[in-house]
Parts: sequence; C-alpha cells; structure tokens
Amino acid sequence: MFRILKSEWLAPKVRRFEVEAPRVASRHRPGHFVIVRAYSGGERIPLTIADSDSKRGSITLVVQVIGATTERMCLLKADDALSDVVGPLGKATEIENFGHVVLVGGGVGTAVIYPQASALKAKGNRVTAVMGGRSKPYVILEEELKKLCDAVYPCTDDGSYGYNGFVTGKLGELIADPALPVNAVITAGPVPMMKAIANVTREKKILTIASLNPVMVDGTGMCGGCRVTVGGKNLFACVDGPEFNAHEVDFASLTDRLTAYREHERAVWDKLKDDNDHQCKLQAAMAEDRAQ
Amino acid sequence: MKASERMKIQRAAMPECPPDERAKHFREVNLGLPPDLASLESKRCLACKNHECVAGCPVGIDIPGFIAAVDQGDLERAANLLYAANVLPGITGRVCPQETQCEELCLVGKKGKPVAIGYLERYVADWARNNLTRTVQLAPATGKTVAVVGSGPAGLTCAGELAKLGYDVTVFEALHRPGGVLVYGIPEFRLPKAIVDQEVKTLQDMGVKIECNVVIGATLTLADLLKEEGFGAVFVANGAGLPVFQNIPGENLKGVYSANEYLTRVNLMSAYLGAKADTPVLRGQGVVVVGGGNTAMDAVRTARRLGADPAVLVYRRSEKEMPARVEEVHHAKEEGVRFEMLTNPVAVLGDEAGWVRAVRCQRMGLGEPDASGRRKPVPIEGSEFDVPCQVFIEAVGTKSNPLLTQATPGLNLNKWGNIIADENGMTSIPGVFAGGDIVRGGATVILAMGDGKKAAVGIHNYLNKTASA
Repeated sequence: MFRILKSEWLAPKVRRFEVEAPRVASRHRPGHFVIVRAYSGGERIPLTIADSDSKRGSITLVVQVIGATTERMCLLKADDALSDVVGPLGKATEIENFGHVVLVGGGVGTAVIYPQASALKAKGNRVTAVMGGRSKPYVILEEELKKLCDAVYPCTDDGSYGYNGFVTGKLGELIADPALPVNAVITAGPVPMMKAIANVTREKKILTIASLNPVMVDGTGMCGGCRVTVGGKNLFACVDGPEFNAHEVDFASLTDRLTAYREHERAVWDKLKDDNDHQCKLQAAMAEDRAQ
Repeated sequence: MKASERMKIQRAAMPECPPDERAKHFREVNLGLPPDLASLESKRCLACKNHECVAGCPVGIDIPGFIAAVDQGDLERAANLLYAANVLPGITGRVCPQETQCEELCLVGKKGKPVAIGYLERYVADWARNNLTRTVQLAPATGKTVAVVGSGPAGLTCAGELAKLGYDVTVFEALHRPGGVLVYGIPEFRLPKAIVDQEVKTLQDMGVKIECNVVIGATLTLADLLKEEGFGAVFVANGAGLPVFQNIPGENLKGVYSANEYLTRVNLMSAYLGAKADTPVLRGQGVVVVGGGNTAMDAVRTARRLGADPAVLVYRRSEKEMPARVEEVHHAKEEGVRFEMLTNPVAVLGDEAGWVRAVRCQRMGLGEPDASGRRKPVPIEGSEFDVPCQVFIEAVGTKSNPLLTQATPGLNLNKWGNIIADENGMTSIPGVFAGGDIVRGGATVILAMGDGKKAAVGIHNYLNKTASA
C-alpha cells in the first residue's frame, strides 16, 4: 500500500495527491510515469509523475475525473492509501539546451510539463509555459510555473482568464515573434490539442515532442496495448515513449484507439451511480471542492 | 505384484468437466484423479532399473520413488520426495508437457501407454496442500541474502531452493500480484489462481519475502540490488516480455490484441467478469487467434469461454508441427474451437469506425524442411479468404524485454537480446545469474523451473566460494 500524504482539489474534478513512494521518488526524472491501481480490484492506469521529493520520499500525481476509476480515486484523502504504485516507467524527457522552449499543457497535461520546466531551466533554456483550460478555474499550476519559467501564458477557451482562445493560438503568436525564436515545443494534454499543436509547428519545422496517453495495462512492455504509430512504425508508448516526435505521430489512430472501451467505461461508471456510499462521499467531496 | 500384472492395468483417464459445460465457465477442466484411480495408476510403474523418466524431468524429481510411496499409501513420503526436487508440484502437475519429458521416456510407454506421472504428481501435490502444513525442511540460516527478479516459475523455484538452503531471499515482482505468467498468462481453467497463491504462500512460510510493484531496471537497478540493498547475489528471471506482432496491415484496429494483453486482461485483471470488473476486454461474436503454441491455445479457449462462436485458431504449419501440448489441442477441439491449419493471416480488415470486421488469410503448402527440421510453409497464390470476426489475437511469440537489460551495463546478451548465462546460470556479471524466458526466449514453465533450480545451486556455490575467498 502507498500512503497518501496530501490530497487536495486543484481545479474542478482535478485532484492533486502527494503519495509516499520513496523508491519511485529517488529515480524520477521529468517525463516518467507510474502505473497506479488505486484500490483492490481496480484498473491499472498510467499517470505522469507531476513532481517528486526524494527527501520526503514522495511523488505528486494530478488526476482528473474522467470515469469510474478516477472518480473513486479522487475521493481518497490524506492517510488513505493507493493499493499499487509502480514506476518510474517510460523514457525520461531528453533535456537539452534547446535555446527557447515552449511548454504547452492542456488541462491536467499542465502537470506533465511542470517537472520539465524545472529541468529545462536548469539546463539553461529560456522556458515559456502555455497552459490551457476551459475557463479560469481549469487553468492549473500557474503560480508554480511562474516561479520556474521566463514567461507564463494562461489561456482559456471562453476568455474568462489570460489569453482568449486555444493554446494553439497563443503558440502561433509566440512562434511568429522574430525577437524570440522558438527552438523546441513540448506538449501534453488532450489528443486533439496535441495534434493541433503539431500542425502549428510543422511548417516551421520546430522540434515538437508530445507526451502520449494511450490505453495501458502493465506499463512495462509486456502487453503491447499502448502501441502507437510513429513515423510509420508501431512503437510501445510505455517503453519506447511516452514522448515522441509529434510530427511523426499518427494522432488519428491514437484518437480512435482511445475509444475502444467507451461502452464498458460508461457501464462501470453508471453502476457506480447506484452505489450509495460512493455517491454520498462524492457529494461531500464536491461540496469541499466548491468551498475552496 | 508381478510386473506382468502391473502391465495389465490400463492407464487412468483424467476425469474432466464435460466440454459443452466447461466451454461456458472458467473452472478447471481436469478434475484430478480420485484416490482409488491414483492408487491403481501408481501400480503401473515397474520401478525399472534405469528409471529414464527422471532424466526427462528438468527438475530431476525421484519419480519411481514418489510413485512407490503412492503405491504403498504413504502420501506424506510421496509429498516429501516431490518437494525435495520441486517446490511447485501443484503447478507442474498441471502444466508440464509430460508427453515430451518424463512420460516420453517411461519404459511402460514403450509397449503401451506410459505411466501417468503428471496426474500422479498433481494428485500428491493436491493431497499435500489439503493435508500437510509444512513439507519442506530448511537448512540453518546462512545469514546471506539473495534477490530474485520476477516471481514467475523460474523465480519462485530459485527462491524456494535457496530458502531450503538457508538463504534470506527477496523476490521482486513488477506486477501487483506474484506469479508472473502463472497468473497473467495461464488461464484459470488450466491452473487455478488459488493453487498459485497457495504455492506462493508455501514459499512465504519458508521465509521468502515477496515485494510487488518493483520493476528492476526502473524502480531499482541490478547495481542497486548488489550495492545499496546489499544482496550477495541476484537471479534474473523477468520473463520473455514484449509481444511480437506479425506486422501486417490493420493491426491497430480496435479488436486486435497480443495474446499477452488479452490474457492479462482476462486473467490478472478479471475482465471475464464483464461489467463487474473495472478492466474491460473486447469480446465479439467471432474471434480469430493466430499461433500454434500453448499461449495460442489459452487465448482461443479463453475466447470460446467468453462466448466466441466461432472461435478460430489459424496456424501456418500443420497440426503435427504445433508446439502446444497435445492435451490443450485435444481440449480445444472438444470445446468447439475451429482449427484452420496451413493458414496464415495476411491482413486485418476493419469497418469505417475502425473496428475489426475480418481477418484475411492465405492457405499455405508445405515445402522443404527449414532450419528447425520442420517443413517450411509456403504461401499458395490466390488462396486468400476472409474469416469474419470482431477480435483478432496474435500469439506468435515474444521478444526479450529491454527494461532491465538496457539499464544494466556489462550484461552480455545474444543477438535476440536474451541474457547469456553459463552452465551454472551465471551471467557476464559476477554474482548475477539468469534463467527462464529472459535467457531462453519463449519456453515452458518447467524449463524455467529447471533454470531456477540450476541457478540456486550456482548461487549457493558462488556464495560459498566468495565467503571462503
């Protein structure tokens, strides 16, 4: 069991956990993920490590409620425990001195770019962060990123905060600025967003890395369920990635494969609606979220 | 009893759950011999002088000895003889390919059917599990520690043998549950999880520690185990790893699985429970599995139990070249699996929404013998035909998992990425031993166990030598 040291709402339906996992913490580098089984009998889900503290022996995970598993996980509080946490998995981000790097995070994807910002800065890069959200409350980690980055641009789809529009619009502005040429882009978030980002940078041939989120089971290369087509080849996101050259990723296939279990996911989530104990806790958690 | 009388006894038939019933559930197919049949079967052993059967056993069980004990009704002694050579008899009694090992060399089998050694092994192991609390004698503690990487058959065997020799053993498992292929790969109907759990518990009772959720090569490195964690030696048995895909068009359609993924979802993650399980698996009316090994049989029989009609097995060679155990092939046919031999998939076809709708196959003929001595299958031009299905499962082998090997400088690998181990199981790094599929590529449970046992001896000698040096 992996004890939860801290558990708090970061945005509506987005929760941040600090979890005791000393071995994972001491090996974590930006880009790594863990496989979590939140409770006995639960699914194994991949979650990018958003931060780590080797002294405290802990890692930080940011989770968005998108189904039954994540909804149940987001009801866990400090001193509760996750059944299983295994990692750090995947290849770490290749941190080089690119010059000017723009990190683009969408929704909880911002948690993926956060540890990269720190490592890239330490390598001497100029680091710009662009974080997107539906509206103001959905933009996460702004204060944390401000401390690390040279410039930070929150964006909202509805214009309620920061740049009015999608992250692609803001990125387009940044790469059009001759005063500060962009040498590399790293992006994490919903697949349509990453696909759009790749399209923005493709023409200018700006190196663009996307952190992919396919369905996984074991996370160690054993099942092959996470295969993605990159540069015409099938690769396993868990051991060959999860970060790939975005210009070579077949996003259409990734998008499609992510829908394979939608029917089952809906059925399991629907079943949870009849679970009174769960619903009771959910109401309480949502009230706590509103109070924040 | 005279030998001539013994030879008149017919080989016992394994009681089985009827095919039409078992094709609907995941309970065990083979029900085990009842005491009277086991006793009778034990009388078929002639206790011949050469006892060649023992040479056919990768872990060297005293086969005539334990069978004689069954014949004398002393099941406790039979169990002790089994456990002396094999810490997992309940497992091997169920999944070993006896027909190509001990039973193939059985003298009785030269004239008629061989003694049912596997059935008797299972009988004794099951009796011991229900009637004995502790059957293993442990040597005094040596005060030395050994790490084992992977809790599959090789790792568990090595851990058990080392515990018997008095070592303090810790097994590191990457998944959340110990057992390796015994829990993620081999289905419940062939090897109930409860048996694996119990065998694991026996090891824990012997003092073996098991830590799940640790990936060696990611969470800790081999160097960490030897230095920071201070283990005297390490046995690497992390399995075969990455599934091979045939690299044919359409493999990313929804409904295409590696056998590893399909079986892991159903077995380890309990997806056979349907909406009651969090982890899903796609079912489909028609399911096609490609491959000829035990994994292919496990996948297609699993599909059948999940309602596939038809459940089709395609294999590019003919049935007699199939590497699967004879019993699995026989059971699969009884359960209504359709066999399409000398057939190879060339493409997976999908509908507009990206779901599998059929597999395009090609008929094969048999040409000249190839490097394996088997006649090489050659495609027959113009023989393509489509098999409608919604799920397509590839069971065409695995390649070595690079997670540990890439993170371990100085570890010598062969051209396929498998670890090279010497006759004692030791690798190019002193104190690091290896066995099972990471050394052999895809092989069997019992060969992995044989490696685990050999490495335990190798480690014992190595640690004795380093202590006296």
